[in-house]
Amino acid sequence: MKKQILALAAMAAVAVSGVAQAKTIKVGVAAEPYPPFSTLDSSGKWSGWEIDLMHAICKDQHLDCVVKAVAWDGIIPALNAGQIDVIMASMSITKKREKVIDFSNKYYVTPAAVVAPKSATYKATPEGMKGLTIGVEIGTTNQAYAKKFFGKTATLKTYQTQDQVDQDLAAGRIDATIADQFALEGFLATPSGKSCCKLVGVLPYDNETLGTGIGAGFRKSDSKLRAEFNKGIADVRKSGEYDKITKKYFNFNIYGN
Amino acid sequence: MNWLLGLFEPGHALGLLAYSPPGWGGPLLVGLAHTMEVAVGAYILGTVIGVMGAYGKLYGGPVTKDLMAVYTTCVRAIPELIEILILFYLVPEVVNQVLTGMGYGRIDLPPILVGTVVLGFVLGAYMTEVLRGAILAVPHGQVEAARAYGMSALQVARRVTLPQMLGYALPGMANLWLNLTKDTALLAVIGFNELTETSLQAGGTTKAFMLFFTAAGVLYMVISVASGRLFAMAERWARRGQPGIRGGGI
Amino acid sequence: MKAFFAPMMKTHRLVLLALAVAFFGWLWWTLDWSWLPDYINNGLILAGLWTTIWMLVVSWAVGLFLAIWLGLAQASGPWYLALPAKGFCSVIRGTPLLLQLWFFYYGLGSVFPEFPWIRQSAAWEILRQSWPYALFALTLSFAGYEGEVMRGAFLGVPKGQLEAARAYGMSRGTILRRIWLPQAIRRVLPTIGGETVMQLKSTPLIATITVLDLYQVSLHIRQDTYIIYPPLLLLALTYMVITGLIVLLFRIVENQVPSKLG
Repeated sequence: MKKQILALAAMAAVAVSGVAQAKTIKVGVAAEPYPPFSTLDSSGKWSGWEIDLMHAICKDQHLDCVVKAVAWDGIIPALNAGQIDVIMASMSITKKREKVIDFSNKYYVTPAAVVAPKSATYKATPEGMKGLTIGVEIGTTNQAYAKKFFGKTATLKTYQTQDQVDQDLAAGRIDATIADQFALEGFLATPSGKSCCKLVGVLPYDNETLGTGIGAGFRKSDSKLRAEFNKGIADVRKSGEYDKITKKYFNFNIYGN
Repeated sequence: MNWLLGLFEPGHALGLLAYSPPGWGGPLLVGLAHTMEVAVGAYILGTVIGVMGAYGKLYGGPVTKDLMAVYTTCVRAIPELIEILILFYLVPEVVNQVLTGMGYGRIDLPPILVGTVVLGFVLGAYMTEVLRGAILAVPHGQVEAARAYGMSALQVARRVTLPQMLGYALPGMANLWLNLTKDTALLAVIGFNELTETSLQAGGTTKAFMLFFTAAGVLYMVISVASGRLFAMAERWARRGQPGIRGGGI
Repeated sequence: MKAFFAPMMKTHRLVLLALAVAFFGWLWWTLDWSWLPDYINNGLILAGLWTTIWMLVVSWAVGLFLAIWLGLAQASGPWYLALPAKGFCSVIRGTPLLLQLWFFYYGLGSVFPEFPWIRQSAAWEILRQSWPYALFALTLSFAGYEGEVMRGAFLGVPKGQLEAARAYGMSRGTILRRIWLPQAIRRVLPTIGGETVMQLKSTPLIATITVLDLYQVSLHIRQDTYIIYPPLLLLALTYMVITGLIVLLFRIVENQVPSKLG
């Protein structure tokens, strides 16, 4: 088997060595829509706040960046296996993740919130949501948060993508979801979100599970690219480009303090 | 009832399936093309592995035979989804480690290439078994007669064994092809935009899940029916001149 | 036991065996397995295993029951039964199971709540969960594949057998129960064994619609610990063991039934 893999490796190396010469940075986003941060239209083009920010950073640092969609639950392995070079998929900077990848400085921060069908009358507390079925996206900080504070009293149902959680929330198959507040507000602004659901409450911030903000992820060996992104983030913050992009999607400050 | 109205309102349904944006017909066809590319590539690779595997299993040394047995048993006993998942991360990592070890830089393996290689590797195990059975079905006297004429091993394979076994192998190979076209859907789980993943993305964006899954299903059926016809024709051609053991049908 | 060990005693086999042991030893020592006790103790692995197994068993049994009727309809039914049965089998066999699963869960599942009378009924408590869709899709899939197998099996039973039974004055139901079905099943036992392994290998797909099966558990472990390969390797090993058990079980059953066919 090893021999075969080596042979295939040699074959593949010959096949794509031409491609490898061009230095493009592959920026990995989660393969499903995550409004308003990243959405896909039918022409195959990604857009959204995070995509705009990415292009601004890359332009500032003279990097040739392309968007590459990867399954969210495999996005860290994809980074470490070299299929992408950067993760920009609203990933929170947490201690646990920092063991396997490096992060840039944060570029926004969002608390977790609870969204539920319009008929919901409870409060967004562990007692208020006792016995309910709560949908969360697998491998997110919100899943860790929900496990820590709601895991004992409510049933957690895990999904591969937040888009699927929203879908099942609209279909009434779960009683609530716990997710990033800003992304949930993006969902509530869509027609299906508007007609089904409402924001029940914003949850108190927890540093242990939610981390210290959202940053871009890099391979541990890639400190040069990380430094370029940090410089890029600082530059677009200073030049006002950051605020200009934010105004297109939000009417408040999402950077935090 | 939105979906139902949507389905029967021609403007709406046609609009969503239209070829150019905002319709999703274009991406669906691109997904179909990706599905076909991966399937054809993996089928060729799998057949090459299968021919080598079958000959290795039949005429190889004891070590080759055992290694082949391990390969076919393991690959066929583990769910394809898990094999794809393991190999999808393992192959690029191994390739890049080999390359950096030899002093080259990292390279980017496009998912379409990795997907093709992985599916071809898995298919090879099944193909080995199908081809091995077909080679065994060729009457041994024929091989001996060819040898008596002084043909080399390669000549025997090219002139006698391969043409004759094709008739026996084609039904099995047709089945493997049909399974393969469906197995490409598993690449959706790793975010590769083939037909099934594209229909999920289209459904997720437009919320018209039924419409897009049905459309994708129809496209898969077209592949299935068309390739079924082609393989039936190929089998008739390969069996020309053979006594009709099964060719007549029931 | 001797019969098993004797072929193992050749030198090259011993070397290969030693290499395999060394390989597994290397996997055991170099990879991180520290997560394993936690997930055994909190019952997650066992829960996943249980879901996988009961999904397999129930979809197998119900699917095979449906398959008998599908096969019968195609083999000897009137056209208005044979045609839909044939169409059903073709569609199931012609489209990916993943697509079928998603069609039922995301497609059909999002249609149900549009009807208030479904949403207010007692059945909604079940319909809003994901396992019914998984079980439904797996069952239909197995029925579709085995329906085709059973069609061939019914047609393969020699006509003389059925004519003899009719000559004895047996009714159609009795012929089916005593002659046709047992002989057909006997014929396809090896095929069904292989198809059962196929069905097992299809079960991880239900994880994509949030069912907590063995595969979903491994995803959880991967997400919790950021360890990629060990959970997947353990998962692969577990499926290999289950496959081995299925093969063994069918070999025992095949040895039990007389192999002489009419």
